[in-house]
Amino acid sequence: MVDFGYKIAKDRQIDFDKNDRSIAQYVRKHEPTFNLCISCGTCAATCTARQFTDFSLRKYILLLRRGENKEVIENIHKCMLCGKCQLVCPMGVNTRGVIYRIMEMCI
Amino acid sequence: MKKKVIVIGGGIAGMESSAHLAALGYEVTLLEKSDKLGGHLLNWEKLFPTMRMGKDVVTFLNEGIEKGKVHVVCNANITSAIQKNNQFSVFLENNTTYLADAILVTTGYDLFDARRKEEYGYGIYNNVITSAELEGIFLNGFQIVTAEGNAPKRIGIVHCVGSRDEKTGNTYCSKVCCVTAVKQSIEIKERLPDAEVYCFYMDMRMFGMHFEALYREAQEKWGVNFIRGRLSEACENIDGSVLVKVEDTLAGKPLKMSVDLLVLMVGIEPSAGTKQVGKMLNLQFGVNRFFKTADQHTLTNVSNVKGVFFAGTCTGPKTITNTITDARAAASTIANYLSGHEIDDRIMASDIQLVALW
Ligand code: SF4
Ligand code: SF4
Ligand code: SF4
Repeated sequence: MVDFGYKIAKDRQIDFDKNDRSIAQYVRKHEPTFNLCISCGTCAATCTARQFTDFSLRKYILLLRRGENKEVIENIHKCMLCGKCQLVCPMGVNTRGVIYRIMEMCI
Repeated sequence: MKKKVIVIGGGIAGMESSAHLAALGYEVTLLEKSDKLGGHLLNWEKLFPTMRMGKDVVTFLNEGIEKGKVHVVCNANITSAIQKNNQFSVFLENNTTYLADAILVTTGYDLFDARRKEEYGYGIYNNVITSAELEGIFLNGFQIVTAEGNAPKRIGIVHCVGSRDEKTGNTYCSKVCCVTAVKQSIEIKERLPDAEVYCFYMDMRMFGMHFEALYREAQEKWGVNFIRGRLSEACENIDGSVLVKVEDTLAGKPLKMSVDLLVLMVGIEPSAGTKQVGKMLNLQFGVNRFFKTADQHTLTNVSNVKGVFFAGTCTGPKTITNTITDARAAASTIANYLSGHEIDDRIMASDIQLVALW
């Protein structure tokens, strides 16, 4: 492609009306504690996968709620299901259950 | 002879403090500018966080007024007041005069006029309403419908409208609107279980007892959604729905969403009566335009004028629970004053500098 010295940037805006929120709806239905997440980030702070990669359960729960699924689908397998996050979550989110349900939708 | 106290403003604070002052043995006259007692509470159906009926609290307050034989004057339009040798004379428009040894000001708040936050389209778009209007729908048993007459499928709720906002001149937090948003979200879901509810907030200020539990219930039981970010603007779609724009600060991305109905959580401002009575009695106002108390920690019911006291939201936003507590505190402060135990002597005697901020 000819380099014209400029490019077209992708729209970064979350288009809530168009986004597909079916993964979030599925997780919500089968693991209702998904609703309780307040994005505090305690899970991510304790997570070993988070320490060495971009993986963040806090972020992925939020992105699914907005229907921004791509990043989640690409990364959810990095979770080792160790359950450390479940020990620290202040809202009692069944984090491993949430991750299982997400994985079910991502294969 | 019984000492006399005049209470100005017949909302929650005025009613409860009148009842307590009467119980303490004073002759109490309660002046109310409208035609009945109860203030804003009359416009509220259920109360956070317990969902009990607002009218139960009105009944409780009315019983206090009756038991105490408080002299209630409705439609009272005060024109002037003078102070002479620790005695006050208060003049009404209808040429009656009331004498008092102390005055308690309980002139309360007005709701923020959402038109002033014009980027949210209240008064411009048909499907933008206020929290007070939504409450009116609940109170009157009406259906929640859009301007087009349909049941809304998605409802947006905007926190901090006319609060925490330099643009509107109201930099303080109104305290009650976060939990009101949670309460009203649940009430919407009770009526419209299939509707989606989205609250747009900056911080969830769930400070009161049981507020956090209500917030949890909204999420767990009712599936209410919370998006952290302050709306930049709202505009109307061709079908009459409202397109909102917000930075989803947790996702780190801008977001746009159509809602069928947008509810603005309007904040609390010093009432017109607070301004009028304040000028008349030479009372000092703080930077937030509420009355300035003699000290923020210790003299919260004491004004700059000897013999004049405050209770309720005329000194700043308060919940009903806090207003009732404050009303009783004011009654006790006045009793101290009228029996010669002036509580401000304690602090004046020491070298503590009164902080002048509020
Ligand atoms: S279960 Fe997954 S998300 Fe939770 S701490 Fe372990 S690796 Fe991290
Ligand atoms: S610790 Fe729990 S509440 Fe906090 S972000 Fe993680 S899942 Fe959500
Ligand atoms: S209580 Fe909540 S909505 Fe109301 S002003 Fe404070 S932060 Fe904003």
